[in-house]
Amino acid sequence: MSNSKNNNKLALTGGYAAAYALRQIEPDVMPIYPITPQTPIIETYAKFVADGEVETEMIEVESEHSAMSAAVGASAAGARTVTATSSQGLAYMHEVLYIASGMRLPILMVVAARALSAPINIHGDHSDVMGSRDSGWVQIFCENPQEVYDKTIIGMRLAEKIKLPVMIIMDGFNTSHSVENLEILDAKTVKKFIGEYNPEHSLLDIENPVTYGPLALQDSYFEFKIDQEEAMGKASGEYMKITKEYEKISGRKYSLFEEYQSEDAEKVLVLIGSAAGTAKDAIDDLRKKSENAGLIKIELFRPFPFLEIAGALKNAKEIMVMDRAQSIGSYPPLFSEISVSLRNVHEARISSMVYGLGGRDVFKKQIERILEGKFKEKYLT
Amino acid sequence: MNKDLAKKLAPGHSACAGCAFPSIVRTILGEATTPVVISNATGCLEVTSTIYPYTAWNVPYIHSAFENAAATISGVERAYLAARKKGKIKKKIKFVVFGGDGGTYDIGLQALSGALERGHNFLYIVYDNGGYMNTGNQRSSATPYGAGTETTPIGEESSGKVELRKNLMGIVAAHNISYVAQANIANMADLKMKAKKALAVDGPSFLTVFSPCTNNWKFPTSQYVAIAKLATETNFWPLYEIENGKYKLNWEPKMPKPVADFLKTQGRFKHLFSEKNKPVLAQVQKIVNEEFARIAGLCEI
Repeated sequence: MSNSKNNNKLALTGGYAAAYALRQIEPDVMPIYPITPQTPIIETYAKFVADGEVETEMIEVESEHSAMSAAVGASAAGARTVTATSSQGLAYMHEVLYIASGMRLPILMVVAARALSAPINIHGDHSDVMGSRDSGWVQIFCENPQEVYDKTIIGMRLAEKIKLPVMIIMDGFNTSHSVENLEILDAKTVKKFIGEYNPEHSLLDIENPVTYGPLALQDSYFEFKIDQEEAMGKASGEYMKITKEYEKISGRKYSLFEEYQSEDAEKVLVLIGSAAGTAKDAIDDLRKKSENAGLIKIELFRPFPFLEIAGALKNAKEIMVMDRAQSIGSYPPLFSEISVSLRNVHEARISSMVYGLGGRDVFKKQIERILEGKFKEKYLT
Repeated sequence: MNKDLAKKLAPGHSACAGCAFPSIVRTILGEATTPVVISNATGCLEVTSTIYPYTAWNVPYIHSAFENAAATISGVERAYLAARKKGKIKKKIKFVVFGGDGGTYDIGLQALSGALERGHNFLYIVYDNGGYMNTGNQRSSATPYGAGTETTPIGEESSGKVELRKNLMGIVAAHNISYVAQANIANMADLKMKAKKALAVDGPSFLTVFSPCTNNWKFPTSQYVAIAKLATETNFWPLYEIENGKYKLNWEPKMPKPVADFLKTQGRFKHLFSEKNKPVLAQVQKIVNEEFARIAGLCEI
């Protein structure tokens, strides 16, 4: 895929790929707290610090709530700031996620997405990150370790460009613990791509004191929130610019979503994350049997690319949306977004299905049956 | 207005007339010899000093949430260390947290404990007004026994709060930090001495400062210093330090006044003076005596 001579091939898990990208980014501050399946990221990074490979100030906080709080403090003090979490940890951070985005702090967080309690389950699904979809964070999903590595670097640059926090999301275990071959860039190229971080304001600028986190009442709160929405609206354009630039140094192309055999497809599957790999295999087999099937894999979930999705699905007759999370009492999150994207656009039949909760595997045969119209249940269990 | 005192927290904030914390903040920050950066828990101080688009703070200031002021300053302090390592900053900076008792004894205790254990270079000050005053006087674990609040209201079956105050000083000291002290806004020289010592520590230090609340303790706005003075004269609020693990009483009344002298100045204790509540009033005196004896006993070790 790549023709760059500087690229190295390594066999890494998604977690290690994230840690490797972070090592090249070398953030100033990284508050950390363990939770499965994210822990390998912070453990790996801690070893980089212990071995003197990076100069990052790690803060071994006593909870995820404090991890995000310390990240807010560090970022407001002008530090390039990174953290990582999963599941209950992300839920515990929930309050502070809104504070990070409301203060327009460019924190980068890698999430190994996992099911939420109760009952407790440590395996992959998207319940945790879908619970944060309205928190004002950019959400970028990854299919495999290569994407984790690349998008961690892209995400850092994006966060600082648009002054919004960014989540880089991989599927817990499916991606975080699976080893794959990937290409990495050399450290100098990454450093140059990321650039220096010189924020406009900092708590450490003693001569120019600023107040972060004021009380905004009826006369101003609303405008702050409108500003945030406008900043988020610009994120997809900036993301596209940055991914194009990244393509030049890596040879790897990313977009708002990936279209796999979907341009001429009558039946299109839409999903997010690691299941895309399995779906691509299924589609390859179906195409051999002359089934006209394709896939759209969402990469940027926040902001959601409504218009672009509508365009990409304009020829589809049947659209099957597979969600790895529920919205109990309503339609699942991705299905809702796709439905909104297609309103007033055309008459395709859209169906919804929930799969993979709590780490339940999804197999190629199952996806083939879905695309062939032989399986139409609400849940793929 | 002493202009020097208002250098860091400017006038024009909207704290109640007769509130203690503006004097507490100014007195403590007045002792700082290096620049300071402030982290503030949600509460009266934050709400009254930062109404957008104004701010009363002439020093860098961050408010994040209710329970995370100590975690927030942890991040700020490590960002400072990172910047210093890179040569981006050379000045010494002291990191200072202000929280009320709700944000410190209760919801912020975990974040406080974590930050103390990690040894960040910060001074944490709790302005203790014995309850959730910003939300309208609900009981906290710092509310004294017998106090009437909105969540421990006085009624046929209730004479106010039935539990003792949490021993936060002991909890903080158990983190083996080098300086922990209890002070009172009515004893300025003592407060200044303690602020100076606490700010000089290279690591965590902690101050609990008595902070009368005119609105919810229910007393005239002119009286906060007088009432604070009575708290110490009755041994309700002893002045003491825990320096490198050693307890020291800073002042002891020769003839402590009865605690009733302090209680009768405030509406929150009014019910204790009814015939029915005589035993409760006696119990308050007993608690004060025992608590003072406990602290004095630790000082003799």
